[in-house]
Amino acid sequence: MTLVSKTAVMLLVLATAACTNPDRFGGGAGGAGGGADGAGLNGGVAGSASDPSSPLFFNQTIGDRVLFAVDTSTITPEGRTILDGQAQWLLTNADYRAVVEGHADEQGTREYNLALGQRRANAVREYLVSRGVPASRLQVTSYGKERPIQVCSNESCYAQNRRAVTVLSFSAITS
Amino acid sequence: MMKRLLTLLVALLLAGPLLAQSGPLRLTITDGVIEPITFAVPSFEAESPAAQQAATDISRLVVQDLAGTGLFREVPSTAFISQVSSFAQPVAFPDWRAINAQALIVGAVTVSGEQLVVKFRLYDVFSGQELGQGLQFAGTVGGWRRMGHKVADAVYSRITGEGGYFDSRVVFVSESGPKDNRQKRLAIMDFDGANVQFLTDSSNIVLAPRFSPNGDRVLYTSFESGFPRINVLNVANVGRQQLQTAAGEMAFSPRFSRDGRQVIYSLSNGGNTDIYRTDLTTGQHLRLTQTPSIETAPSLSPDGSQIVFESDRSGTQQLYVMSANGGEARRISFGEGRYGSPVWSPRGDLVAFTKQNAGRFHIGVMRVDGSEERLLTSSFLDEGPSWSPNGRVIMFTRETQGAGGTSSLYSVDISGRNLKAVPLQGGGSDPSWGPLQP
Repeated sequence: MTLVSKTAVMLLVLATAACTNPDRFGGGAGGAGGGADGAGLNGGVAGSASDPSSPLFFNQTIGDRVLFAVDTSTITPEGRTILDGQAQWLLTNADYRAVVEGHADEQGTREYNLALGQRRANAVREYLVSRGVPASRLQVTSYGKERPIQVCSNESCYAQNRRAVTVLSFSAITS
Repeated sequence: MMKRLLTLLVALLLAGPLLAQSGPLRLTITDGVIEPITFAVPSFEAESPAAQQAATDISRLVVQDLAGTGLFREVPSTAFISQVSSFAQPVAFPDWRAINAQALIVGAVTVSGEQLVVKFRLYDVFSGQELGQGLQFAGTVGGWRRMGHKVADAVYSRITGEGGYFDSRVVFVSESGPKDNRQKRLAIMDFDGANVQFLTDSSNIVLAPRFSPNGDRVLYTSFESGFPRINVLNVANVGRQQLQTAAGEMAFSPRFSRDGRQVIYSLSNGGNTDIYRTDLTTGQHLRLTQTPSIETAPSLSPDGSQIVFESDRSGTQQLYVMSANGGEARRISFGEGRYGSPVWSPRGDLVAFTKQNAGRFHIGVMRVDGSEERLLTSSFLDEGPSWSPNGRVIMFTRETQGAGGTSSLYSVDISGRNLKAVPLQGGGSDPSWGPLQP
């Protein structure tokens, strides 16, 4: 009961935030998604973005990714809004699992960026768990700086690359 | 004859001051400015018609290896006064002194069937003595480059008193494709970029291969499972084995212990990255660091007693040294900026590292106590140093800026001189320089 009312408040917050900050991925979450992230359902997903139970809704309408400031793994206020939406979706659609993929921009050494990406992915996982998503449904991995989605060498691209992407999957988690 | 005498006379007059400087043929490699040793390599004698090509190729490769160090300068054959038509013939030292060749390398090649034998002599021209004794190496016709590298290693070693590095291989990541769809596969090459062979396909991201001390195996990080995991690859048969780690854990940044039986590496779990050691025979794991910060890029000292690694426990990436069994670590990097990917030198006296400062990347070296830091390179992105077997040269990754950015392999002397790209088709990153081959 408490959870439900809490969630309702969250949704309200989400709706408000979404209105004040629409389209925070510039070209929209779908545009930023591409096929670069993982082998999950984020690229080329069936279903409609207007169907709230579809992965496409998760990826595009809620947003499958959060962004980070340079060399940090702190979830930003904008990030919290998105993750609240992700948590709600995952709680409603209990058949899905997710792998959170952490990424870094190219300004850093390879090993450090792998570790930093892990920190970011884990921060997202912990946030989702704190919102009620069972930990057993969430795994984390890091690609460090290996999979940039934007290729220029300045902050406009770096900001998009410093991300953690929640990649949905139907299948049982294997590692 | 007249012309020759005249040339000799002029050369002697010109060479006066140089002659005065010429002691025994010896080059002590220091960090100061080095006047390169001049050398001449008349084309090696082909002792059978079938050996002609190999004789020419091997002599050129010896020149390329020696001149490529920046420590030696070739006297071109167009300046030669006399030719060496036979390996056994006495050397006309005045002819070589006249053109100021301090060292003369004479060789001969025999080919019978698939077997190739190369022999050589090294002369100290100004003292008129042979330096060391004649030596011969046997190999295959297809492996002629190794024979050339072996001759060059022997010459380098006799003149500098240090081990060579030409007959060695480098394992690296071969790269192709655009930045947002980069294909990476493990590859192995000779130190000079020749004889590239692929060890994996590009179906999964592979990172940071590391040679075992004797070069028989390679550790690397693979994303085959979607999670970074460490594989051990047998170079001879390309067989692979995964280092066992628990579900939910990421393992990366591995290196072999000096006996090749253990692996030190990073394990990430719950947002925390620490350094571990696993015995490859028993599978036993040992956790070496216990902090909530990022500890990664461990590298053992040559005697195996200590580990240098990077940590951001102070708030930014810095270098630390601890016992090989873990325990308290002392920070050794104190300059401006961030320090990562440290590698202990094979001589044990230096640590090479990647430094980031004011928007630039550098490869640098410092003594193991952190003193005498020197930056050797500077670019948009230099990283991942690897030592030559003799500890004189460092190979690393240089990545260029922007949407069309590509990675290449570069090498530089620890003096900061002789910076150059390793000639490769396509891109390359994460070199690991293996040992001198037996």
